[in-house]
Amino acid sequence: MDLNYSKDDLAFRDEVRAFLATKLTRELSEKVRLGGDLTKDDMEGWHAILNAQGWLAPNWPKEYGGAEWNAVHRHIFDDECASAHAPRVVPFGLSMLAPVLQKFGNQLQKDHWLPRILSGEDWWCQGYSEPDAGSDLASLKTKAVREGDHYIVNGQKTWTTLGQHANMIFCLVRTDSTVKQQAGISFLLIDMNTPGIEVRPIILLDGSAEVNEVWFTDVEVPVENLVGEENSGWTYAKYLLTHERTNIAGVGFSTAGLAAVKRIAKAEMSGGKPLIQNPLFAARVAQVEIDLMAMSTTNLRIVSQAAAGGAPGVEASMLKVKGTIIRQEINDLARRVVGPYAMPFISEAVEGSNEPLPDPHDAGPVAAQYFNNRKISIFGGSNEIQRGIIAKVKMGG
Amino acid sequence: MNFDLTAEHQMLQDSLRRFLKYSCNSETRNEALSSETGVTSDLWHAMAEMGVIGAFFTEEQGGFGGTGADIALIFEELGRANIMSPFLDGALLSGRVLAAAGELDRVADLINGDLQLALAHGEPTSRYDLNYVRTTSVNGILNGRKAVVVNALASDVLIVSARISGEVSDENGISLYFVEKDAAGLTIQDYALIAGGHAAEVTLDGVEGSLIGEEGKGFALLKDAYAIATVAQCAETLGEMTAATELTQEYLVTRQQFGRPIATFQALAHRMSDMLIEMEQARSAVIRAAGYFESDERTRDINIHAAKNLMGRAGRLIAEESIQMHGGIAMTQEYELAHIAKRITMADHRFGDTDYHLEKFMALTQP
Repeated sequence: MDLNYSKDDLAFRDEVRAFLATKLTRELSEKVRLGGDLTKDDMEGWHAILNAQGWLAPNWPKEYGGAEWNAVHRHIFDDECASAHAPRVVPFGLSMLAPVLQKFGNQLQKDHWLPRILSGEDWWCQGYSEPDAGSDLASLKTKAVREGDHYIVNGQKTWTTLGQHANMIFCLVRTDSTVKQQAGISFLLIDMNTPGIEVRPIILLDGSAEVNEVWFTDVEVPVENLVGEENSGWTYAKYLLTHERTNIAGVGFSTAGLAAVKRIAKAEMSGGKPLIQNPLFAARVAQVEIDLMAMSTTNLRIVSQAAAGGAPGVEASMLKVKGTIIRQEINDLARRVVGPYAMPFISEAVEGSNEPLPDPHDAGPVAAQYFNNRKISIFGGSNEIQRGIIAKVKMGG
Repeated sequence: MNFDLTAEHQMLQDSLRRFLKYSCNSETRNEALSSETGVTSDLWHAMAEMGVIGAFFTEEQGGFGGTGADIALIFEELGRANIMSPFLDGALLSGRVLAAAGELDRVADLINGDLQLALAHGEPTSRYDLNYVRTTSVNGILNGRKAVVVNALASDVLIVSARISGEVSDENGISLYFVEKDAAGLTIQDYALIAGGHAAEVTLDGVEGSLIGEEGKGFALLKDAYAIATVAQCAETLGEMTAATELTQEYLVTRQQFGRPIATFQALAHRMSDMLIEMEQARSAVIRAAGYFESDERTRDINIHAAKNLMGRAGRLIAEESIQMHGGIAMTQEYELAHIAKRITMADHRFGDTDYHLEKFMALTQP
């Protein structure tokens, strides 16, 4: 056993740091640090910079243009990107759809769609949840009926993140209502510009507009956009969800968030002393730090196993639960640390204006982030669903 | 011992609940939220007419109430109805300072609904400490900055604290002043609050103030006013927590997943039970803080610190669990729970947070 980075790992870390120092503009990193809403251009710009470097798809095999890094390098990369406040890469095409296409798509689909994900030509969004099919995803009702060379799609998807920017959506649709729910689902790729599709924004409790409802009325989808076999979509959906979960421990976000809390706690005064010297507050910070240190190692252990051939299974669920608990605890500290200055609704920061913020610590919209990140224990299979998976795998039933 | 409401309180609660149910809905709330000052004046006047503001003061002060129990009862109803109106800052907190200082003409205007106030006391570096005042007064000319002054823009006149003598943390040497809104040298940088309402950064650059009460004796007035405001805040949060708990309970028995109501999943049912248990704890903490308000200062303060600490912890549990058990729907601006959860959480940033009150409680109760 050796818990230290190897020479090769350290060299890689230096390379990543040098890359971030030259390619990530201060303007963009400040926007990320202050929790501002990134524009489509911001996200596409960063995507293009990573692609030019060959670092856009760390987990893809080299044959498809990926970096095919090992688990430790992926961890180092995520960690460095989060500390440098680099934008999060939009995951829908790169980390969710691509693994499905690589495993279950036909040659034509791979040749057509994968390069377009790297080039940024397509912006994908995810059509999974429906108003009555959240945790119970398999009960989804959006229907696709085959008519000649097309499927005709009718129904409604919801919680579609960044759907307002997307030109493509991968969808779970019902193609057979006569069988067990899971056995009648198919996986379709749908062009968002097809007539009959309507995208409506959902405003979240922090005022952000990142999720949408997507409505389908008699939408025609060519049959060649079916992935794999008709009525086998549930298998692909589950495969995709394990990939969605592996990125969800959020070690990098938590590390960066905790550093910000400490920075502010050194400057914020309470009873004539820096808040970080207050035993109650210092204990809260230390407690989370201890949990984060252990979770970070759990994350490394699990991704190393996965890299060695074992698919991330129940451990991914464990990481998701613990990772989100820690991130949310840090969001909670971030609002506590600024005291009364958590109260202002900092819309200026969100819109990226240059208005001076009232808070003297330049902490950004910490309360808005606290509220917004309540979602991380809900989406991607809620923590209750994850606990159900863990219990089922470990104890059967 | 008797935990029943008096006949008078029962009537007040019934009529207030009825009135708020009819006059407040998501439409009036959105109107207040999107208005320039965060205040809807119709509601303010209607409530004043009902005698709500009068109930904040004793008979000697021109009102007809003023006890901890009166105030807790009213604010719990305001919280239950999720009212976005600044009764706490604009009338109770500032009004109690004025009443104690003998400014009874202003209190009469307040009770009639013709006056709105804002108390500019906290500063960018004072966090929750009441004794930290850097703003200075030399012969009534004020210089300094006040932080997150709730209701500053909507108020007719500001009450400002400033130091005339002593160290930055001395309790002695703090005076209180009226500052007119159009005073030369006064800047109000207004902003909306995430849980509704407005506040402002108030900068005083050689501003003229007129003295309230005795020179250098402001701290005692502030401490008492903050004490009753903390009770009111706890009661308001209790009302909001009740509303959040009811919404969640209703959702759990209605929402179907996997072919049955999600309330039938034991993992959720037990968490709902924990919420209900904490609700009873919260109610008792508020009853104690209100009921001991007229006791000696130490007993009063111990129970206020206990209540605000417990509400901070229980409030966080109720807000977070309500959202989590609802799922995505609770994350949307449109759904009532989102507003309620924000108000419960942000209450922890008013009048001292969970840790601040824990420390104060420890200091008073250590053997």
